[in-house]
Amino acid sequence: MHNAPEFKIPIGPQHPALKEPEGFSVALKGEKILGVDIRLGYNHRGIEKAAEERTYIQDIYLLERVCGICSHSHSTCFIQAVEEIAGLAVPSRAQYIRTIIGELERIHSHLLWLGVAGHEIGFDTLLMYSWRDREVVMDILASITGNRVNYGMNTIGGVRRDISPEEKQEILKGLEILEERTKYYIEIATEETTIIKRLSGVGVLSREDVLKLDAVGPTARASGVKRDVRADDPYAAYRELSFDVITDSACDVYGRTVVRVKELMESYKIIRQALKDLPDGPIAVKAPRKIPIGEAISRYEAPRGEDVHYVRSNGTEKPDRVKVRAPTLANVQAVKHMLRDRFLADMPIVIAAIDPCFSCTDRMVHLKEQDCGTARVINWPSLHTYSIEWHKQRGIDFTRLNKKLQEKFTR
Amino acid sequence: MFESLFYIIVFPGMIFLIAFALIAEFIDRKIYARLQNRVGPPWFQPLADFIKLAGKEDIVPADSNARMFKVAPIFALASAITAFLYIPLWKTEALFSFRGDIIVVLYLLTVPTLAFFIGGWYSTSLYSRIGSVRSLTQLFAYEVPLFMGILSSALLADTWSLKELSEFYMAHPWFWMFNLPGFGVALVSLLGKLEKVPFDIPEAETEIVAGGFTEYGGRLLGFLRMTLDVEMVAASALLALVFFPFGLNINPVLGFGIFIIKILFIVSLIALLRTVVARLRIDQMINFCWKFLVPVALLQLLLNLILKGLLLK
Amino acid sequence: MRPGKMLREVLGSVFKKPATNLYPAQKMDMPEGFRGKIKFDSGKCIGCKMCMRDCPTNAITINKAGEGKFEAVFDLSRCIYCAQCVDTCPKKALSSTKEVELAQLDKKKLIVAFPYKEDPAKPKE
Repeated sequence: MHNAPEFKIPIGPQHPALKEPEGFSVALKGEKILGVDIRLGYNHRGIEKAAEERTYIQDIYLLERVCGICSHSHSTCFIQAVEEIAGLAVPSRAQYIRTIIGELERIHSHLLWLGVAGHEIGFDTLLMYSWRDREVVMDILASITGNRVNYGMNTIGGVRRDISPEEKQEILKGLEILEERTKYYIEIATEETTIIKRLSGVGVLSREDVLKLDAVGPTARASGVKRDVRADDPYAAYRELSFDVITDSACDVYGRTVVRVKELMESYKIIRQALKDLPDGPIAVKAPRKIPIGEAISRYEAPRGEDVHYVRSNGTEKPDRVKVRAPTLANVQAVKHMLRDRFLADMPIVIAAIDPCFSCTDRMVHLKEQDCGTARVINWPSLHTYSIEWHKQRGIDFTRLNKKLQEKFTR
Repeated sequence: MFESLFYIIVFPGMIFLIAFALIAEFIDRKIYARLQNRVGPPWFQPLADFIKLAGKEDIVPADSNARMFKVAPIFALASAITAFLYIPLWKTEALFSFRGDIIVVLYLLTVPTLAFFIGGWYSTSLYSRIGSVRSLTQLFAYEVPLFMGILSSALLADTWSLKELSEFYMAHPWFWMFNLPGFGVALVSLLGKLEKVPFDIPEAETEIVAGGFTEYGGRLLGFLRMTLDVEMVAASALLALVFFPFGLNINPVLGFGIFIIKILFIVSLIALLRTVVARLRIDQMINFCWKFLVPVALLQLLLNLILKGLLLK
Repeated sequence: MRPGKMLREVLGSVFKKPATNLYPAQKMDMPEGFRGKIKFDSGKCIGCKMCMRDCPTNAITINKAGEGKFEAVFDLSRCIYCAQCVDTCPKKALSSTKEVELAQLDKKKLIVAFPYKEDPAKPKE
């Protein structure tokens, strides 16, 4: 390995290990990783700006689509901020229902993660089984909210649908199956030799590094940092529910797996308590269309870590500014640290271990001209001509194709 | 002359072998799916995949060495098919046979790996290069236990020829039981040769896309996948003959049936093994092969040497 | 540590029915209250156009078909099936159905019109 040549390989923006486009440029020496360069911005959708153009009601559905997996997290986080500005007292039944949906979402997210982690280390059987069992919680979510993802359960001032006694029984029945399966997965994750071989000692992030790099969620908790918004700054109904914050001292990918599967057990506990104590009463209060002037910041423990939303209102139907900080943004810098001096084979699982959600995280990239360092604003037609010229210089002529396309569209 | 052409091209040569290889792939995939509680593909799926690939355009990367890139898959397929011709199937006699053919078969089964390396290396893509280097690195780890496992059986029979080996075990029934540890070693090593989980490191999808196969597409990829199928059947046939040498030289129909069952048994064992484990890292794989498989194979050799002294004077 | 820990579970699966749903042959049953394609009841619509205002994707258009008569046009290629319009409608003229098989090759077929229909229950003046 001493004389192995150094080279750079691209992992992404299109790569089987990544479920979303993101660029990782990996400098390798043989199989060893010398350094990783992360480039965000392949999936920027301009949601924050779009939120300013829509009313608060419309924004709930827009922000729910920041992330497909933690959709309830983002919409709750946003709504909590809006409710704080408007000074709405959300009925406690609505708070409990939000908590239940939030925990069901955590179950489906963690089971999904377990399967993805299995796939990244080439253990497709684990993927097939955990995703099969995930269907149980997806079916529960579909029947109580009306959708498998993007539940649309929240509205300003409460929730949109109630949980009936029959649905309560259905949830409890589903939880029993899931609890049994989760116990089995804990056994698998802690006993199967090949899994332990691939996970332990990989992607080490010490407690000090977590504090320095500000990692959140299971990534931080696996390094022994007890950081959980549900316990530190309780929202919804968490103040009235008792649960443990799971931590682990392994500091590696194995620890993150253990934290996640054990958190599943905590989620079952929380849902059972919440269903038992579910208070009677209305599920929503009437919210004004125009939110008074003000600003608020709201925190929420999404399955991947702490989610932060900032909302500023200007007294109209539309917010003045919405700012989203998804958990992956806090964790993505840690990936660089975790991969140093590891093997290329560890790359997929280390990236997967923070449970990345790149499109939630993506930031706009402001391109500067390399030689003079100044920014240049370019409009669409001139960008178009520029790209045709750029390709022409490299021997590809798009002029004819372009003309054809133009004719087609003008017709 | 005409007869041997028929043997080579139609039965049990190329056409039969390719058809059987496709069925074996189907069985492998179906069992893999059923073990994972899925439905799995319909019976014609491997054939449909091959036809689809065959109908596609061949794309040769501009920077690659076009000749090497195109020759490697055909070379690999040809050698895997040739290996099959030397293996006795339901008689103690193969189509072609000579002293030392067991070594030739083993080396013919190694040629595809080398061809994958050459094809991957000359396609000049970075993923291909990493994959092909990995496949060569891996070759040094699994080849030794595989050879030792298979040759220990030959050692007991005191021969370098598959014909004499099968005749010896027909004359001494139940002796094959002694070789079962060797069978375990050979079966696990075979997973490395066929690039299947846990040893699918050279084509680890989530790490290096498809390893040496990354730049291949169309007919050439079809040939490469066919090579792996044929290799699976040929290697299973070799293992079946060396480790389960019974039911030979009886009624041809019954013998053929037993032969098919033996091969499918080995194919399903492969499917089972790749279901229950995760992919290892290349360093772990080499450690595993040298620290576990090689000692077991050595013990098998020792056992066979002792048995030879005790049982066969 | 034990290699092949899943072996027993895996072998047991062979005798179990596959979990796969053979979709096009075997239809999925959507739960009660599923948010599928939106249905419009022109007899109940009063033309307040609140649904148009609240729709996050501007998928609904309510047109006047005559005095006190309204018809709706839905663009299903824009609809995100959040059913906010169902909650918003003060007269319950809109409702969710369990219909989910809405894929079309031709985008024009995704624009669904609900022309005004005489409501037999409503007495004519």
